[in-house]
Amino acid sequence: MAIYLDHAATTPLRPQVIEGYLAQLQVLGNPSSVHSQGQKARQVVEDARDQVAKAVDCHRSEVLFTSGGTESNNLAIKGLFLDAVKRDPQRKVLLTAGTEHHAGIDPVEWLEQSEGAQVVWLPVNDYGVVDLATLSEYLDEHGRSVALISLMWVNNETGLITPIAEITRLAAKHEVPVHSDAVAAFGHVPVSFKQSGLATMAVSGHKFGAPVGTGALIVARDAKLAITSHGGGQERGIRSGTLSAPLALALGASAALAVAELEQVSSRLEVLAQKLKNSILGIAPDAIFTRGEHEGFAGIVHFTFPGCSGDSLLFLLDSAGVSVSTGSACRAGVAQASHVLVAMGRTEDQARGSLRISLGYTTTEQDVDAFIAAFPNAYAGAKKAGLPSK
Amino acid sequence: MKVLAAMSGGVDSAVAAARAVEAGHEVVGVHLALSRNSGTLRTGSRGCCTIEDSMDAQRAANILGIPYYVWDFSEKFKTDVVDDFIAEYQAGRTPNPCMRCNERIKFAALLEKALALGFDAVCTGHYASLLTDEFGNLELHRSNEMAKDQSYVLGVLTAEQLKHSMFPLGATASKNDIRREANERGLSVANKPDSYDICFIPEGDTQDWLSEKVGKAPGQIIDREGNVLGDHQGTHEFTVGQRKGLSIGRPAADGKPRYVLEISPKTNTVIVGPQAALAINEMVGTRYTWCGNAPTETNNWSEILVQVRAHGDAIEAEFKLDSGEMRIRVKQPLLGVAPGQTAVLYLGTRVLGQTTIDRTVSAVPVSTGSEV
Repeated sequence: MAIYLDHAATTPLRPQVIEGYLAQLQVLGNPSSVHSQGQKARQVVEDARDQVAKAVDCHRSEVLFTSGGTESNNLAIKGLFLDAVKRDPQRKVLLTAGTEHHAGIDPVEWLEQSEGAQVVWLPVNDYGVVDLATLSEYLDEHGRSVALISLMWVNNETGLITPIAEITRLAAKHEVPVHSDAVAAFGHVPVSFKQSGLATMAVSGHKFGAPVGTGALIVARDAKLAITSHGGGQERGIRSGTLSAPLALALGASAALAVAELEQVSSRLEVLAQKLKNSILGIAPDAIFTRGEHEGFAGIVHFTFPGCSGDSLLFLLDSAGVSVSTGSACRAGVAQASHVLVAMGRTEDQARGSLRISLGYTTTEQDVDAFIAAFPNAYAGAKKAGLPSK
Repeated sequence: MKVLAAMSGGVDSAVAAARAVEAGHEVVGVHLALSRNSGTLRTGSRGCCTIEDSMDAQRAANILGIPYYVWDFSEKFKTDVVDDFIAEYQAGRTPNPCMRCNERIKFAALLEKALALGFDAVCTGHYASLLTDEFGNLELHRSNEMAKDQSYVLGVLTAEQLKHSMFPLGATASKNDIRREANERGLSVANKPDSYDICFIPEGDTQDWLSEKVGKAPGQIIDREGNVLGDHQGTHEFTVGQRKGLSIGRPAADGKPRYVLEISPKTNTVIVGPQAALAINEMVGTRYTWCGNAPTETNNWSEILVQVRAHGDAIEAEFKLDSGEMRIRVKQPLLGVAPGQTAVLYLGTRVLGQTTIDRTVSAVPVSTGSEV
């Protein structure tokens, strides 16, 4: 059995939700139907909505069920921007950072190319930390021309936490809505939508133990989104399409479980991550822990290894039965240096030496020990293989 | 053996990998990402390294039940193959990028990485045969399927590289057999069109692509006597032997068409003349390698066959080494051979070695006797 240390890509389905999910799959009824069978299905969806609302700390009507993080990010970024421009054509600027996930960057680039958005890429330092002073100055000078700020809560590659509350505080002075991709955050670090000051927030189910294909977009009651996906008008009209009672049920139950055990799991992961980091630095003293001393989610351990190619490390670890990642799993098929690391000022060669070891709620000390046992050989081999550009 | 199967997403490399698996080797499929701006879908026989190609390779690996990875060689491919291609054209030569890719990527960077990571060999879908002589030395030979033979582009391999190479398609009778075999194995790429042209020039028009990369650099078109006949927009738009695209107003004195004889980037001129003047009888190169064991006799003229392009015929010739240069003399004058091309030496079906052609000697000297 392979050792799984790629929880940031996807984490195991929570065993406690499987039975209910499978049972609900066999129950007939469209949650939007008026008859009793429909109402029963609706009740399952609304129970799940309550669970999600409690878990993310928001009002139940602020929870919109979606298919996952990418859809949620698209609906929010496009919806917020297009509505802002419609209300005030002067507000054309979209502030974001190059370290966002592609699900955050690509909608922004689409708005730039197709809808006249003026994108300002906020500077980040070597650790990926967004320069809040620049943001503050920009807002003071051009606040009235800003339509939207979009910044992720936890970086999916490096684990770095962005201080969302500070950003929304700056934005509020200029009445600028803020969206956050919280896919790598929710279920892993404390998240309170109510206290965040966000307009919208994207959540993905399979990152905390719900099935792939589940997710939520949290939309503040006063946030205004243009409709970008049209249909039957479900989910406040923002996310049309037949609701899935079994998927909602699994999402709600998993969200509740993830939040209930968050504190206990985080402290366990912190110890395991520290052990992992110490062992890696013992074997590869020139390795660089990517987010440095900055606050981050303990479960994401991201290093760059000078003179090594991440895909060599990944191959050798995989051959030894250990599953890790070189970065985001989404660009599989086209190997490229991580855009996140490049945005952080790393050279392509440095970025190529990336390895992300990500821990989750099922990770045990045995998993970490298995990595530590396999790592020395993998590192030696990858070092020998070097970089293709040399 | 632990074998790395380079899988392009095409039918040949998929069947080669399948045969390596069947031979009992421990096979891992690797797709080389060579392009930075991969397209999504492949269009016909053009382009390469699209996401579809990568998915096709992955699907083939799935069906064969082998692990599959994508390795990024795009940076090295750009500097060693694409930039080299542009630089060669700018220097007035005609390069063969597939050869460079074999020389510097597939059987160099990839092979070195594979060996470092614990593999014994790299397996590709090239049509060529690896045979062993009576003393156990490896020899590279033409494939049984002459129409698909790719031994020419493997002519750059050295003895050391041959030791770690595997070409399971060499003994194949025909490409149709490969497609039939792929179909029988349930490989979805069985009917995928063959690749032609240069993989990094998706539109297929080399001259247009080069013009975009290097811009225009107008100069003169002259004849061998130095008379100015017209203008050109950049020497990279021409290759030796080319007839089309020469915007020369006046016809030649003999009324016959004129051909590009020589490209001189130094003076930014294109030298043209009658077809007969294209004939060369000798090629000379300093960058030569032996494919397998070097021949024992290199100081005196030895009979060989020489092939100067991937789909050309091998013609009778003789070669020798002379002051660090390989000289190849053809028995019958050869038309339109450009510096930058590779001359591959054969002994029967065996690839003996190769040299990049640095200069040629005209069979029809002009009155000044200068080399063309």
